Amino acid sequence: MKNLLKKFLKQFSNNVLLFTLISILLGLFIGAIVLLAAGFNPILAYSTIITGIFGKWKYISYTIIRATPLILTGLSITFAFRTGLFNIGAEGQYIVGSIGAAAAGYFFHLPMFIHIPIIILSALIAAGLWGGLAGFLKAKFGVHEVISTIMLNWIALYLQNLLVYTEGFQKPGGETSYDIQPTGIITLLNEWKLSEAGRAWFADHPILFDLFKTPVNFGFIIAIIVALVVWFTLRHTTLGYKLRAVGFNKNAAEYGGINVNKNMIISMSIAGGLAGLAGAVQVMGVSHNISLLAAMEGYGFDGIAVSLIGNNTAGGCVFAGLLFGALKYGGQKIQPAIGAPSEIVNIVIGTIVFFIAIPKLISLLIKIFRKKDNRNVR
Amino acid sequence: MKRTGQKVVDMRNITKKFGAFTANDNITLTVYKGEVHALLGENGAGKSTMMNILYGLYSATSGEIYIKEKKCNIESPNDAIANGIGMVHQHFMLVKPFTVMQNIILGMEPRTKFGTIDLKKAEQDVISISEKYGLIVDPHAKIQDITVGMEQRVEILKALYRGAEILILDEPTAVLTPQEITELMQILKNLTSEGKTIILISHKLKEIKEAADYCTIIRRGKQIDTVKVSDVTESELASKMVGREVSFKVDKKPKIPGETMLKIEALEVLDNREIITVNKLSLEVKAGEILGIAGIDGNGQSEFVEALTGLRKVKSGKIFMKGKDITNKTPREIFDHKISSIPEDRQKYGLVLDFNVAENFILENHADEPFAKSGILQHSRIFQHSENLIEKFDVRPKNSFKSARSLSGGNQQKVIIAREVTNDPELLIAVQPTRGLDVGAIEYVHSALVHQRDINKAVLLISLELDEVMNVADRIAVIYEGKIVDIFDAQNADMNQIGLMMAGGKS
Repeated sequence: MKNLLKKFLKQFSNNVLLFTLISILLGLFIGAIVLLAAGFNPILAYSTIITGIFGKWKYISYTIIRATPLILTGLSITFAFRTGLFNIGAEGQYIVGSIGAAAAGYFFHLPMFIHIPIIILSALIAAGLWGGLAGFLKAKFGVHEVISTIMLNWIALYLQNLLVYTEGFQKPGGETSYDIQPTGIITLLNEWKLSEAGRAWFADHPILFDLFKTPVNFGFIIAIIVALVVWFTLRHTTLGYKLRAVGFNKNAAEYGGINVNKNMIISMSIAGGLAGLAGAVQVMGVSHNISLLAAMEGYGFDGIAVSLIGNNTAGGCVFAGLLFGALKYGGQKIQPAIGAPSEIVNIVIGTIVFFIAIPKLISLLIKIFRKKDNRNVR
Repeated sequence: MKRTGQKVVDMRNITKKFGAFTANDNITLTVYKGEVHALLGENGAGKSTMMNILYGLYSATSGEIYIKEKKCNIESPNDAIANGIGMVHQHFMLVKPFTVMQNIILGMEPRTKFGTIDLKKAEQDVISISEKYGLIVDPHAKIQDITVGMEQRVEILKALYRGAEILILDEPTAVLTPQEITELMQILKNLTSEGKTIILISHKLKEIKEAADYCTIIRRGKQIDTVKVSDVTESELASKMVGREVSFKVDKKPKIPGETMLKIEALEVLDNREIITVNKLSLEVKAGEILGIAGIDGNGQSEFVEALTGLRKVKSGKIFMKGKDITNKTPREIFDHKISSIPEDRQKYGLVLDFNVAENFILENHADEPFAKSGILQHSRIFQHSENLIEKFDVRPKNSFKSARSLSGGNQQKVIIAREVTNDPELLIAVQPTRGLDVGAIEYVHSALVHQRDINKAVLLISLELDEVMNVADRIAVIYEGKIVDIFDAQNADMNQIGLMMAGGKS
C-alpha cells in the first residue's frame, strides 16, 4: 500500500496533468469545507453544480458560451507568458477588441462573408495595438508591463463608456451602442430560430431546440482554431522560437542576434490581439453590442487563472477555459437551488490556482513523506 | 598514511542515486581538523553532489555522516550551518541589488534593542572578519557593480559570518586572477591556522598541489583514491582523475599569420556606472593567429568584449572587420560579418538553458535554411544537425532532446563551441573559454581554438588565466585599466614580466 502511494506520488511529481487534477480536487475539497462551515451540504451543492452544467443541452451550450472568451484571454496570457511577459492587460485588450468589433459591425455594411472577417480584423488590430503599446513602453522606456497594462485597462474601460454615450454610436435611449449589422452576427441561426419556419422545425426536434435556445455561436470553433494556431506558432515557427528564447533567457537571445525589444512588442501585440478576439467573439456571438461598464467584466483577469491552470499551454487553455466556464456557469445555480452563495465557486477556483501556483508546497510534502519512508527503511 | 586529530567530517559509504543514475557510489570521505582537503574529479564526476549532500541540499540514498565524530542528520542547509558547515557555490547566490554588507548579514542581521537592524555593528562585524582573513571588500558596494572575484569574497565572508568551522569551496579559483589566487591561498592558510577546516572542490591540479594537504579523487561517481598531496605529482593526480594520460602542453605548429581581420582604433567604452573602462584601446588580430589578451579581472575586458559583440555602445573609436566599419552595429549585424563568440558567462549569454540541445545549436541560425523554410521550423533538419554536432564534438549525453540545463559545465561549453565553430567564422572571440572546465575538457577547447587558427581563421582569446594565454596564444596583449600596455610574441614572452604588467607595473 505504501509502495503504491509512493509510486503514485512519484508519478504525480513528474506529471503536470496529474498535478493539475490533484489541485482541482483539492480546490473542490476546500470548497466543500467552506460550504460545510457555512452550514450547507457540499454534496448537494456540487451535485447542483454538476446538474447545472450537464443537466440539459441548453446548459452545456451555455457552458461553452461562457468558456469561449476565457479560452481566448487564457491564450493571450499564455502567449505573452512564453515570452517572459506578464500580460495583466488582457482585460483592457478585451474591451478595446469589443469596441473595434462593435464599431466595425455597426458602421460597415457588407456581405456576411466579408463582414465577419473585417470585424475580427478590426478587433485584432485595435487590441493588438493596445497590447503592443504596453510592449513598446517596455522596450522603449523600460516601463514594466504589469504597471502599464493595468493603467491601460482603466483607460480602455472609460474609453468604452465614453464611446457608448457618443451620438451616432449610442442606441437612442439605451446605455449600449447600436447592435451590429445582422451580417456580422455569428450566433447560429440567429433569426431563423425565431421565425415561423424555425419554430415549427424546432418543435419536432426538442434536443436541438434546447441547444439552440441559447446564443450558441461559432466563437468556440474560432477559439479552438486559434488555440491550434497559437500552439503551432510557439512550437513550429521561427517567430515562436524567437519569442520563447527571449522568454527563457533574454541575454542569450540578444547574444544570439535576436532583437529582444522587437520581439517583446510583437509578443504583446499578438497577446493583445488574442484578448481582443475574445471581445469580438462576445460581441458577434452573444451581446451584439457594447454597453456601459460599471466595472471590469473580468474575462481578462479570469484568463490569468485559465492560463495558469492550463500550464501555460495552448491545449491546456482550452480545457481550463471549459472548466472555468463550467464552474462559473454551474456555480451560479447553487444560490437559487439551495441558498448557498455562488461566490463559493470563486473560492474553489482561487484554491485551485493557489495549489497550482505553489507546486513547491506539493513537492515539499512529497519530500517529507519520502524522508519518513527512508528512515523507516533504516 | 596516518592522520591524527579530530575527524571533523566523516562521510561514510555515501551513495546517491538520481533515478537509474548513480552520482556517488559508496564514497567515504574523511577530513581532519585544520586540513585543506581537496576533492578532485572531472566535471560530472560527482564532487558537487557529494558536497551538496554534506550541505543538506540533497539527501543521500544510503550512507552516514559524522560531524566532529558525532552522527548527524543533515536535512537542509540550516542543519549544515548549525553544524558549522559553510559552502561557497561555484555559481554565486547573492542578491544583486543589495550591498556587500546586506548580503553578508542577510538572515542573521544583528539587532538593536528596538528590533531594527544594527547597521553599525553589522558594518564593524563585516569589516573585522574581512580584515582578519585578508578578504578586503567595500561593504557598501552593490553586488551588481562588483567583479566576480569580489563576489566570491563576499560568499566566503558570508559563510564565515555564519560561524562556519568547515568551509566547502566549490571551484573557488575558477573565476580568480593569478594575484587573487595567490591571495586566496594565503586566506586558506590563515583559515586553517585559525583551526578551520577546508574542503576544496577542484579539478585544477596546480592549486591542489599548492594548497591542499590531502586529496580524494573521484571518477564517474566512484572513489579512486585518497592521497597525501605531497606524495604525488601533478600528472599522477591527472591520470587518476581522468583515467588516462593527459597532455598539458598545447600542440601547436608554427604559422605565419595572414591579413588583418579585426582592427580596433582608440576604442572608448563606458561601464554601467558611466566610467570610462575601455580607454583608447587599439589592437589588430590577423588571420591564422591567436591573439591572447592577458589581464586581471575588471580591467575592461568584459566591456571590451560587449562592445565588440554589439551588446554595449561604443563611446568613441572604431572597430573594423576586414576593413568594414562594425562600430555600434547590432549583435546580428556583427554576426553577419562572420564574427562568432564564445561568451564569458555560458549560462547567461551562451545558452538558453531551458531549450534542448538541438534548439541551442540553432540560436543564431534558426531563421535560415535549412532549419527554417518561410518561417516554419524544420524539426527533422534541426534534429539531424544536432545529432551531427553531438557526434562530432562528443557532447554527452548523446541526446538532442536533453535540456541544456541538465548538461555538465564542460558539455555546455562543447555545445557553444560546436555552434560557434560551425558558423564558420572569420573571427572567433573566446572569452574565458575554459572557465570551470576540467583538464580533459580544457585540452579539447584549446585544441579547438588552435584548429581554427590552423585553418587560417583569426582567434581572439581573452582569459584571466595567464597560463592559458601563455600556452595557447601566438601573440599576447596585456590589458591594464582599459588599455593595451604592450604586446609580446608568445615565444619570447616572460611570464613574470607579463604578470607584473598585468598588475600595472612598467616593463
